[in-house]
Amino acid sequence: MSAAEEVVTEAPAVEAVPKRAMTLGYGTSLVVLAALILTPLFVKNFVIFQMTMLLIYALAVLALNILTGGSGQFSLGQSAFYAIGAYVTAILMEHFNVNYALTLPVAGVVCFGAGFLFGQPALRLSGIYLALATFALALAMPQLLKLGFLEHWTGGVQGLVVTKPDAPFGLPLSQDMWLYYFTLAVSIGIYVASVNLLRSRSGRALMSIRDNEIAASAMGVNVALYKTLAFGVSAGITGIAGGLGAIAVQFVAPDGYTITLAISLFVGMVVGGVGWLPGSIVGSAFIIFVPNIAEGISKGLSGAVFGVLLFLVIYLVPHGARQVALIAQQLAAKLKKN
Amino acid sequence: MPFKPRTAVLSAAVIAFAAASGSAFAQKTYDTGASDTEIKIGNIIPYSGPASAYGSIGKTEAAYFRMINDQGGINGRKVNFITYDDAYSPPKAVEQVRKLVESDEVLVVFNPLGTPSNTAIQKYLNSKKIPQLFVATGATKWNDPKNFPWTIGWQPSYQSEAQIYAKWLMKEKPDAKVAILYQNDDFGKDYLKGTKDGLGAKGASMIILEESYEISEPTIDSHIVKIKAANPDVLLIYATPKFAAQTIKKTAELGWKPLQIVTNVSISVGSVMQPAGFENAQGVFSAAYAKDGSDPQWNNDPGMKKWNEFLEKYMPGADKTESGLVYGYGAAQTLAKVLEMCGDDLTRANVMKRAASLKDFTPDTLLPGVKINTSATDFAPISQLQMMRFKGQKWELFGEIISGDVPAD
Repeated sequence: MSAAEEVVTEAPAVEAVPKRAMTLGYGTSLVVLAALILTPLFVKNFVIFQMTMLLIYALAVLALNILTGGSGQFSLGQSAFYAIGAYVTAILMEHFNVNYALTLPVAGVVCFGAGFLFGQPALRLSGIYLALATFALALAMPQLLKLGFLEHWTGGVQGLVVTKPDAPFGLPLSQDMWLYYFTLAVSIGIYVASVNLLRSRSGRALMSIRDNEIAASAMGVNVALYKTLAFGVSAGITGIAGGLGAIAVQFVAPDGYTITLAISLFVGMVVGGVGWLPGSIVGSAFIIFVPNIAEGISKGLSGAVFGVLLFLVIYLVPHGARQVALIAQQLAAKLKKN
Repeated sequence: MPFKPRTAVLSAAVIAFAAASGSAFAQKTYDTGASDTEIKIGNIIPYSGPASAYGSIGKTEAAYFRMINDQGGINGRKVNFITYDDAYSPPKAVEQVRKLVESDEVLVVFNPLGTPSNTAIQKYLNSKKIPQLFVATGATKWNDPKNFPWTIGWQPSYQSEAQIYAKWLMKEKPDAKVAILYQNDDFGKDYLKGTKDGLGAKGASMIILEESYEISEPTIDSHIVKIKAANPDVLLIYATPKFAAQTIKKTAELGWKPLQIVTNVSISVGSVMQPAGFENAQGVFSAAYAKDGSDPQWNNDPGMKKWNEFLEKYMPGADKTESGLVYGYGAAQTLAKVLEMCGDDLTRANVMKRAASLKDFTPDTLLPGVKINTSATDFAPISQLQMMRFKGQKWELFGEIISGDVPAD
């Protein structure tokens, strides 16, 4: 947990420019947005599918970022909330014929509830102990999904096959492209809401808890409430990501939501930069594409190659994409001066 | 979307041109992924993650097609075998299969491994009419040509194996009192159903106890004690390797000697019989459909000689006790046979048609007498096994080949 400790000690540096450090400048944001909107027009459906997964994992990483970067709590259990969201969506769509778009808010609310409740006992734990408690949750989730009395709904080990939605109003878009733009819209909404949340009074309360709990409570922040709220919000967003994931993959099964997913999301957060929300998409790209690159280098040793690449990132840019962005910003500033 | 209509017109023109040129040379017809010089085959298998032990299957298949290419390919075309890692994760399986289909543009997806991964890609491949050929899982549901005409199995299904045990019991021990220990998931339940179907109405009274366990349990000792209390004289062990080893060991510790049959999934000498203790495992029964690469009785078998030569040349240093090497060779040989039968008509529909019309095909690695048979209504290529008994430190085959066909639903 050296990365974890480092974040805690590192915190004052973030605090110095909390608002700017959370987001990108307007110009950069627009460029990224334009790239996300225009790219699908030029690529194959398979790449569009990958980009959809990129956004979905980015949402899940963003959720973890709010929890860890925002309130300073650790979670290795995000895969559990992702699974709950995915199953809520799948069950509503397949058993109750609910429209896919309507299942997402339900998934979000259910996961918010689950996260809020899980946050209650988690209040007594901090740092690595909290990480371990959430780790247990992630380990238990695939087993829980296989439980006999839930099997009628969850399909047990066999999982559930989900029908992919067509574009509405007869729009001339392929299923993949429609789902991508749908996911993009949801993602932008959640990103803007998250940035605003962290810039608000509540966000400042969360960050004050992260930096110093005692000082925060002395200032009148309800520490217990905000910590559980952070857990709930994070779980809720993860649940929405899970629901979108179920629609994109068209299948949910316990094997899809193992501890490996939780650890991937954690890796994504660290690579993207803890506490820096735009980094989520970089982290997400890392966990989706780097395993493929590693596999291209060596099939038998793909895990080891992934490890080496991850090690390089942590060693060279310990603060992940945020550090790269800062360096780029400084360079740009220098060029302007000259 | 100014790009779409233009692409559509363009692709329509290309298709029209392709159709026109296709009819000009009537003998040779190709779908995406096949040409005069090359056949592209896609595959996904876990090279990493919890099930990475199965990666040896993919490596063997890749090596097999290297050998085929060195020998001049199939009907003069080289096989381009593209295999990706799905880490045994359904979302990753979907991503990789879509990459194979849409980016690499393969003709067929061959031998994808695992029930969850195959379930995740089945609908996609069937809607795109791309063969999901010879899937590497024992679930019975792959034999469903009516609903999924583009998906076909390969190895014997769990249900047909269980039927074989039931048939054998009915013959050898018609007055048996049977207890069934099964894993509480689709794997265990498939075996349970197969056993009941095999025993039929007449034999149903033979089952005196059905006991299930969860894969999450650390040990199943308490289940064994409970089963012993019911006093059956036959114990069917439908368990994965760790639990099968525990069961065989515990029954011996209790000084209890029922007739034990263990599933083909848990017949590994190294990971089941040895941990259970060779002295405890004497006389345990099971069934097999493939030869064991480390068994000296096949030293002079022409099929296994070819397999050994292949390993020495194309996979030097490979561990011959790994069952994946036998499995991958057999599956790859079946695909090579199908592609050869297709001749110059390498369309997806024709590949599927040929795969569903194999008659008494015998890959080098299958037991003598086990034959691959398929038809338009039978998408379960291998459905025969032979009983065997554990003796000394290895399995001894006995009796004749028994067939356990499970009709498609």
